[in-house]
Amino acid sequence: MEVPILKQGPYLIASIQTALHDADLLQLRDAIVEKVGKSRSRGVIVDVTALDVIDSFSTRTLSDIAHMIRLRGAHTVIVGIQPEVAFAMVQLGLMLEDVATALDLEEGLAFLNEKGHQSERSDTRRR
Amino acid sequence: MSAAIPEDVEEDVQIRSDADIVIARRRGRLLAERSGFSTTDQVLFTTAISELARNILLYARGGRIVLRQVRNYDTHGVMVIASDNGPGISDVARAMEPGYSTSSSLGLGLPGVKRLMDEMSIDTRVGLGTTITATKWKR
Repeated sequence: MEVPILKQGPYLIASIQTALHDADLLQLRDAIVEKVGKSRSRGVIVDVTALDVIDSFSTRTLSDIAHMIRLRGAHTVIVGIQPEVAFAMVQLGLMLEDVATALDLEEGLAFLNEKGHQSERSDTRRR
Repeated sequence: MSAAIPEDVEEDVQIRSDADIVIARRRGRLLAERSGFSTTDQVLFTTAISELARNILLYARGGRIVLRQVRNYDTHGVMVIASDNGPGISDVARAMEPGYSTSSSLGLGLPGVKRLMDEMSIDTRVGLGTTITATKWKR
């Protein structure tokens, strides 16, 4: 099942709609990393609200996405981790360290906007 | 460990590919839901199944996940039995040490699975395979 990646202004939004096979998640990773360059996006939101399990493989792939996108010069925020999923992740020792997370799509957009302003400010200083 | 008496409902899922992990998870979730588990406990059980199925693929490349409703007197529970004919675990005590498999690596993570469940036992023979049985009781 392919995850749709929508372009919303300077951002990409990948909304996972259903439980994914490992191969689907890897396909999503590759598609996002490519699309962020094609559409010259500043930020990526991965919405995992629909996922009822985030295990070691999903955690590692989400983390890989965030780090690869950072290397491409954009920011990533994972949104919508459900409370019981967060509980299970912590029990398993999966912290998703060094990856930005936000409550939902709205908070995720706010986070990326803030990141955008920060880099504009530092651009001004450099000039 | 308390005596868990198996009830009629049983699911048997062959684990040969990543698609089978999703099937095992879905069946586990339904079983826990039918058994009246809370949403949180359904997710904890399902996540444990996912990790155990993943271990089967990673270390033995195939095996099976059996899911059962069990009871102990008036208490109902759900059980997952993950078995394979893989290489076995040579040092179970070490595999159960926290941090043996860290979040940066994949698989094993048995202390984490134990935290998700209420009871867990490991029967393993080097060169023959591993059977991990874990139970979660309804609160």
